[in-house]
Amino acid sequence: MVRLSNIHKYYYTAGEPLHVLKGIDLHIQEGELVSIMGSSGSGKSTLLNILGILDNYDQGEYLLGNIPIKNLSEKQAAIYRNQYIGFVFQSFNLINFKTALENVALPLYYQKISRKKRQIIAQEYLEKLGIADRATHLPNELSGGQKQRVAIARALISNPKIILADEPTGALDSQTSEEVMEIFKDINKQGKTVIIVTHEQEIAEQTSRIIKLKDGLII
Amino acid sequence: MFDYDKWNEIYYSLKKNKLRSFLTGFSVGWGIFILIILLGVGEGLQNGVQQKFNSDAINSVWISGGITGMPYQGLKQGRRIKLKNSDYEAVKKQVNVAENVSARLNVWGGSSVIYKGEYASFDLKAVHPKHQFVENVKIIKGRFINQLDIDEYRKTAVIGKVAKEVLFKDEDPIGKNIEINGIVFKIVGVFTDARDSEMKRIYLPISVFQKLFSGNEDIGQISMTADIQNKEDMTALEDNLRQLMASRHHFSVEDKRAIWVWSDFDQYLKVMKLFGGIKSFIWIVGLLTIIAGIVGVSNIMLVVVKERTKEIGIRKALGASPSSIISLIVFESVVITSVAGYLGMLPGIFLLEMVAKYVPNSDFFANPTVSFTLVIIAVSILIFSGIIASYLPARKAALIKPIEALRDDK
Repeated sequence: MVRLSNIHKYYYTAGEPLHVLKGIDLHIQEGELVSIMGSSGSGKSTLLNILGILDNYDQGEYLLGNIPIKNLSEKQAAIYRNQYIGFVFQSFNLINFKTALENVALPLYYQKISRKKRQIIAQEYLEKLGIADRATHLPNELSGGQKQRVAIARALISNPKIILADEPTGALDSQTSEEVMEIFKDINKQGKTVIIVTHEQEIAEQTSRIIKLKDGLII
Repeated sequence: MFDYDKWNEIYYSLKKNKLRSFLTGFSVGWGIFILIILLGVGEGLQNGVQQKFNSDAINSVWISGGITGMPYQGLKQGRRIKLKNSDYEAVKKQVNVAENVSARLNVWGGSSVIYKGEYASFDLKAVHPKHQFVENVKIIKGRFINQLDIDEYRKTAVIGKVAKEVLFKDEDPIGKNIEINGIVFKIVGVFTDARDSEMKRIYLPISVFQKLFSGNEDIGQISMTADIQNKEDMTALEDNLRQLMASRHHFSVEDKRAIWVWSDFDQYLKVMKLFGGIKSFIWIVGLLTIIAGIVGVSNIMLVVVKERTKEIGIRKALGASPSSIISLIVFESVVITSVAGYLGMLPGIFLLEMVAKYVPNSDFFANPTVSFTLVIIAVSILIFSGIIASYLPARKAALIKPIEALRDDK
């Protein structure tokens, strides 16, 4: 599903360019549940950005499914992100003036699906994640666990190829973390490829494979 | 463009910052208000002055006899030059640019007019039919003096609206007989003119007047409208008329006092030029005021973009294209400027309407209206300024990198 070959990434700031990724080779099969670990500065955020088509890379090759991800226009990148990638963030990143339902429906808005249809589909996903009764609530009326469920529903709604979760349990207590991990496992069982970036060993151990990053290389 | 989500977002964004939205909108609304008022007042000033000119055709030219100021071919200076019917014929035949030519004889100070025992006193003007076009006389009932009246010495009269009201009240004057200086004339028409004083006049056929009252071929002035477009045309016409009269009455062409030639045309050109200048000035002031408003909106939109950086980052991560982000910002800006501008335009127009209604027209000020075209232009300016105001902020928003927008809490 994901194939990275010899990916290099530099950051050009004042002075010397910073070599962040120094040749990443990574192959993730369809239906895998993997975690990416690494200390800060290891390049894991950069890797996540490249996987999520949020940033480009300087050298190498990235295939998502069979689609080469290289030199995309902003517009094309936006379309790919919308269709192929579901993001889950540590701080949930819900839009705070939209209800849970509207937040979940947002990716479909960018697919130009009618409002009515969007809402029906979004309602289904809220039900799947067990928070249908919270549909009309604003994010600040939800608990951390509920927020993350809304975010996961939003990531799933466009039926993406991969789910990218960046520290999805970082802002949750241990019991809620457990629940959220159960959800990821469930999703994975239904055949979705899930990639979780984390620095917590406990979380990483629940995935089928741990990819460790250090100084821009996989070890 | 008009989907629910966009309106929802604009509503949210404006509601969240009521005071800020109000102040921004106010600056744009104020700008438009000022522009409308200025343009309306400019229009009013121009109307007032133009009304003065409209009393006569703007391309009207008049000549009358004077007193020679220099000796010429043995003739002494100080000779009075009297225009005759033959001079009128000569102008009509020999001056190519002269269009509607008429002679005129005046009886100033009023002549007694009687209808059914009612006495009144009005100015008499004896003219040719074409005089109607020189004076810009508008017939509201019946007709003006015609050529048959002249040729057949018919005792007809055309009276001004004011004269009609004095003599006839609500009665229909057409076909009625009035007595002027003891002679009976039949009324064939009623006219209006731009100036009140000119509506107290009574026009008579010049041939009849000469026969009954003056008993000679003398005329007071020759009046005409001329096919002239600019100052040069006017000068050429004046030279032409002076030469013609100089040869007919034996005086030097250089003698400017022998005959008088006058026209409002030069004056008209100057005044219109002045108004062109005033109007440009008004537009500049108005547009500068609006630019101040645009800068305000632009500033606010920058703050909005800054505040919503994270939200825009989320949207981009979820698949919002740069163009959808730009339209979000532009749309909001256009809504602010349009609504605010509209709210500024309404009191502006209202105020002008009130002035037009309650402030009496004078020679300097009349009907301070804003035209429909102007309103359309103002609306276009609003939408355009909304787009301009949001251009920089929207571009900034479109350039937001989702990674950077979402980074700060990692």
